[in-house]
Amino acid sequence: MKQFDYVRPATVAEAVAAAAQPGATYLAAGTNLLDLMKGNISRPDRLVDVTHLDGLDQIERLADGSLRIGALVSNADLAHDAEFAKTYPAVAEALLSGASAQLRNAATVGGNLLQRTRCAYFYDTASRCNKREAGSGCDARGGENRTHAVLGWSESCIATHPSDFCVPLLALDAIVEIEGRNGRREIALDELHRLPGHTPERETVLEPGDLILAVRLPPAARGFAAHARYLKVRERMSYAFAIVSAAAALRIEDGKVAEARLALGGVAAKPWRARAAEDVLRGVAPTADAFQEAAWRALADAKPSGDNSYKIELARRIVVRALTLAAAGTPARIPALPASPFASTSGAIHA
Amino acid sequence: MNHSISLTVNGARRDFVLDDPRVMLLDLLRERLHLTGTKKGCDRGQCGACTILVDGKRINSCLALAISHDGADILTIEGVARGDQLHPVQAAFIAHDGFQCGFCTPGQIMSAIGMMQEAQAGNDPERIRECMSGNLCRCGAYAGIVDAVLEAQAGVDETNQRRSA
Repeated sequence: MKQFDYVRPATVAEAVAAAAQPGATYLAAGTNLLDLMKGNISRPDRLVDVTHLDGLDQIERLADGSLRIGALVSNADLAHDAEFAKTYPAVAEALLSGASAQLRNAATVGGNLLQRTRCAYFYDTASRCNKREAGSGCDARGGENRTHAVLGWSESCIATHPSDFCVPLLALDAIVEIEGRNGRREIALDELHRLPGHTPERETVLEPGDLILAVRLPPAARGFAAHARYLKVRERMSYAFAIVSAAAALRIEDGKVAEARLALGGVAAKPWRARAAEDVLRGVAPTADAFQEAAWRALADAKPSGDNSYKIELARRIVVRALTLAAAGTPARIPALPASPFASTSGAIHA
Repeated sequence: MNHSISLTVNGARRDFVLDDPRVMLLDLLRERLHLTGTKKGCDRGQCGACTILVDGKRINSCLALAISHDGADILTIEGVARGDQLHPVQAAFIAHDGFQCGFCTPGQIMSAIGMMQEAQAGNDPERIRECMSGNLCRCGAYAGIVDAVLEAQAGVDETNQRRSA
């Protein structure tokens, strides 16, 4: 690991000033960053430790019905907050399907959003990777790429975003609160992560010094509690990243879908919102045919980036399954194997 | 530049001067305090052999900068027994052969203690397996580990019942 300077700011303003310097990066729990630093993939000159800042570890219910989640709330504390899990069940299920209990205890909300891809070529410093070293090339394109992107990829980069948490957050229109050199601003989570294009080294729209303070779920996000699921296919039952995942949330009134939300994980360089699929479900009965049509629309633009054409069909089937399970109703308790499509859950109908 | 930090380790306050901020909690415990029960397996947060409790919660000490945990309360495998009296989870691991070579065992036991405090798995073997998935055992002693956790959990449940009776 390269030498670095360690800075522990006392205020958000001090943190932003310290992190705006060239070569500086924020440290929260470090569950991803320190691993990357051990492998010499990330080589910051200065770590700005935000874990001692006050006021960023609260879960607040706001007067308008929004929920504000501080950036330093741990993944485990959020998922285990009973009121949170009841109101936003797909988000809690996604959190609990990610990493291990030890990592969830440490990892933070803000850090989860900003975690890096697990593309093996990004991690292997002997390989060419445009994300790690701009302009060096992409060894994933002609390499082992079964798990890589099928949506939004470019010739420069076919990596995927690994977060589970972001997928239902995106479906629920989450907002990201940011403090930067020019003050406070907020953006939709959908705008936080960038598609690779010719500049895969730029993964988010954040500028130097920008600090995520909180993630907010708007009032409408509460309306999906009764019909929401997160499903995730992985290469082992637990402690593995998604090959494909889907968050489905429905508002059902009088036997019709009043509103549908759908987002996919593991398919692109960012969590992927499927608005065309949502549109086709509005006002129709929640039937298998309708869900099949939605799944086709969700993957209409998908194309393989290598040996991964199977992911397109897999994603369609996971979309249908997630919508079917969401329509059947949110389980009273998060299943023993969170987000597993193989778990026996009442109401499960095979897609 | 030197950095001073203090930790509470197994109940005792410890002060350290770090001449390099790169030290992980795992290496601080092993190299500075010679508490070598906490094991370095993968050193990348994948195997769980380095599991300790920090402020009551289980984490991977290999991915935790010591300097960032200034003021933390740390419990390691060396701090769970009371003198010669084993912690109930330790006793249950012995009773159920919850190990073979023993390298992963301190991490397994610390993880189990942390998991029981989290109170999410209860006495459901499927939930226990899921909640312990961050601890790998290359000898494959998983069946014994789950049985040990179930017995330790039963002890906790019995105590709670007696208290509420």
